[in-house]
This record gives sequence, structure tokens and C-alpha cells, in this order.
Amino acid sequence: MINTTATIAGVSFKNPIVMASGTFGFGREYGRLYDVSLLGGISGKGLTLHAKAGNPGIRVYETPSGMLNSVGLENPGVEAFLAKELPYWETLDTARIVNLGGNTLADYVLGAELIQRDADARLLAGKPAVDMIELNISCPNVKEGGIAFGVKTPAAQEVVRAVRAATSLPLAVKLSPNAEDIAEMAVMCEAEGADAVSLINTISGMKIDVRRRRSVFNNLYAGLSGPAIKPVALRMVHQVSRRVTIPVIGMGGITSATDIIEFIMAGATVIQVGTYNFMNLRAGSTLVEELQQFMKEENISSLDEIRGIV
Amino acid sequence: MATVISNERLAEGVYHLVVEGGNSGEMGQFYMLRAWGAYPLLSRPLSIHQVNDNGVEFLYHVVGEGTEILAALNPGDPLELEGPFGTGFPQVEGKVALVGGGIGIAPLYYCAQKLPGSDIYLGFSREPFRTEAFRPLAAELTVDVGGLILDSVDFSAYDHIFVCGPHPMLKAAQLKGIAPDSGGKRPAVYLSLENRMACGIGACLVCSVSCKDGQRKACADGPVFLAEEVLFHD
Repeated sequence: MINTTATIAGVSFKNPIVMASGTFGFGREYGRLYDVSLLGGISGKGLTLHAKAGNPGIRVYETPSGMLNSVGLENPGVEAFLAKELPYWETLDTARIVNLGGNTLADYVLGAELIQRDADARLLAGKPAVDMIELNISCPNVKEGGIAFGVKTPAAQEVVRAVRAATSLPLAVKLSPNAEDIAEMAVMCEAEGADAVSLINTISGMKIDVRRRRSVFNNLYAGLSGPAIKPVALRMVHQVSRRVTIPVIGMGGITSATDIIEFIMAGATVIQVGTYNFMNLRAGSTLVEELQQFMKEENISSLDEIRGIV
Repeated sequence: MATVISNERLAEGVYHLVVEGGNSGEMGQFYMLRAWGAYPLLSRPLSIHQVNDNGVEFLYHVVGEGTEILAALNPGDPLELEGPFGTGFPQVEGKVALVGGGIGIAPLYYCAQKLPGSDIYLGFSREPFRTEAFRPLAAELTVDVGGLILDSVDFSAYDHIFVCGPHPMLKAAQLKGIAPDSGGKRPAVYLSLENRMACGIGACLVCSVSCKDGQRKACADGPVFLAEEVLFHD
């Protein structure tokens, strides 16, 4: 019997395959193609306190083995999510992770409070609630000063501390590879009471339209994801998992069972699948099957056997 | 998995792909196609040109890496089809004009079959293609090469106008559709938008369209929108 389960802060994952924020909506669309309850978990589309329209202009551009995106966190806002999407999540048998972004410290805190209040009410009513908050400090900017929360550790610390105080839900902090020192950032998150860190978010990148002599993106830069970033992501997961005792959620360019195993061997407890969802609309079910098959072939009976062995 | 039946070159960079498999879809809907492994990363959205008993047909223009691979496909080659996706043109009653520019004529062939008696307007910047296939389906067929096909369309003569073509043409059709009424009919103008997509099913929000009532998804809420709902930014 192959055991693919994992646990983070009391949240159990039937397998280590979690769909990454921003690539899976809230699961409904993929739910029409396959049973998304097969998955270990879903991290929903990144939410901000208020709805966001996202960025104008081109939002995606393919690169060698990857893609740049500039969606700009288009989302319905926390309240609309709780009212309209969470009832769908109730029907699923998978870990429910809310990805929370923000423009200001106050937005993060108010968003976390709303999610906490909703979870309290649901649990009281005996209904499934959000299992975990994944705090996205990886792309938005501080209102004043313009320093990205996710780049400088002191700025990130302020957000993690404030959100930790605002919620008792399991809290993962999603880290940016653009951080000045991602391992130091992770150590800070653990010290501030985070239950996990997830990494990596996209790498800041660029594409120039040479005929028009300008960036293809209105925002100049965009986030690089896909297989192109896998070696960087794997290295960072390895580095970070050696510096913290809390679980690491690893992601970046995973498209196969062997990619998953690599991340687990580097120290990840569970992994997230992002861009691969666009390459294969049934990525989730494909990987669940492939992972079982691979573990059988390699005589791996439990992921605990290989976690962090490299 | 689907199989290529034929992949015929019609004009410079324009191909007619007939595929066995995936024999369903409404007019204006699309499929995501993939005839390669991991790279290019994304599948390509192509609108339905026609649905036949065994499969589906597409018209496409070679614009980049993905469509270049499609152009090299031979009969018998496998390809992956996901779909049909999207919200297409509505089934309507009354006098209908189908207006296509360049490769934008692709979805209108299926419309012409579903809406017999429509007037069809096809515009090309250089070399026309597929016009003779449209002829038997049209009450009246107008073909223009090098001009602006919209100039040939009297909007006040129709109840419904379906438009598919390059971005400037869609904007022009929107303006014409909301121009002051000249005494004739005021048609409902529908535009089929062509946006970059990643997932094609409404999850990634890459193909977001600004509309009067907020952001909508070209892949799931569209690609067909009522012209008056769309806000063109450039």
C-alpha cells in the first residue's frame, strides 16, 4: 500500500499535489474536466480585500520552457469569494487554501479577519471551512514607499506578524524568489509563527517587442513561471528547508511525477502545480496517477522515506 | 486524442485543418489544440470552422511557433483537442449579416450553415480564400480585397450582425453599431474577440476583457460579446 499523505499544521493532504494559486481559479472550471477531489489541495486564485480588475494590455507571453504573466491579481475580493466560491469548496474533499494578497498592511489584516470570522461561523455550524491561509507577500507593493513586501525581510515581517495576530488558521507564507535572501525570509516567517512557507512565486522577468521598441507588458516586467524556473525553485526549496523546521510547500515548473519527487527529496512536504495546468488541462489527475505509478516502480511506500534525503 | 484528416494550404500562411474527433460545438465556440509535447508551453485556441459527422474543421493563420507546427501536420498525425469551449454566437431570427475580416472568416462558415439566408461579407487585405465555399450558403455574398469590408455593410438593413476580424475592425463595427439611427433597423452587433489565452476554460484570467459590467473572460464568457458591452481601451 502506497502512502502519499502529508500533514501541515494539522491539515491533512491525501497526496502532495496541490494546485497553485492563480492557475486553477477556484477549481470549478477544472472540476468540469476531472474530479478535483482527487487532489491533495487547492490554493485558490489570489484574493485581495476588495475586487481587483487586474492589468490592462497583454497578460501572457510564452518564453523558452516558460511563460511570463502580468494578470495583476484580478480577483473578486475576499467577501465575494466567501459568499460565492466557498460553498463550492464545501462540496470538495480536498484541502482548501485561501491565497491572500494585499496592497496595504490594513488590507491584509482585514482580509485575514474576514476569513477567520467566516471559518469560525462555519465550524460552529459543522460545515467545512477554509483549512489554511497562504499569505502572498510576493508581488504587491506597500502603499507608501513602494518597497515590495516580499523583497525586504523587515517589511515582510510586519505583514506576517500582523496577519498571524489576526488569524488562528494555519498560515503559510508564500515567498518570492526576488527576495533579497529567501532563506532569511523563511527563518523570519517561522519566528513570527507561520506554520509553513511556500516557494517559489514567479521570477520577475521581461520581454521586449523589438519592432515596437517597447516591453510587451504595460507594467514593463512580468512573472516568469513554468519548467524554465524549476532548477531555481528546487535549489531554493533545498536551501530553505535546511534552515527552517516548519514544512515547506515547494513549487516551480513541476510537470511530472519525477519533478514532484525531486521537490520532496529537496525537502518539500507538499508541492504545488501551476503552469502545467495550462499545458495539460487534466494535469492534476495525470500527476496523481503518475505519482502512484512512480512510487510503485521505485518501491517508495511513503513520501516520508525520501523527504529531504538530498 | 484526435487525428488529422487533411491540412490544406489555402493562401499565404492560411490553412484548412480537418480533424477526426471532437465532433461537437456551437457556432463561435473554440477548441484548444496541441500537436506537440511540452513546448511551446501553451495550447492554441482555434475557433470552429465547421463541425462534421466525424470531427471538426479549423481555418488558421500561421502567426507563430504553435501555428507553424500545426501547418506542418500531415494526414494521420495525432493531435490533442480540448473543447468545445466558450460562449459563441446566439441562434437568432431575422435578417442577419455575417462579416469577416481575414482569418476572422473562420467561425462564420459554421454560422452560415446554422443561419441560412444570411448575407455574408468577407474582407481580405491581400489574397482571398475560402470564398467559394461560402457562396452557396449566402443569400448574398460580398467579397472585398484591399478595402474595408465594413464599408459595404448597411447596418440599418439587419436585425443581427456577427463580426469577426482584426481588432480595429471590431472597434469600427462597435462604433457603427451604436451610430445614430438613420431610420432603418438598429441591429444587435456581436463581436468575436481574439485574445491571448493560457487555460481556455476561465481559470487563469489571462484573456480578461473590460466590459461595462466589469472584467469578463474571453474564453468562458466569450469569445462572442454584444458589441455595446465591450470597452476597448486602445
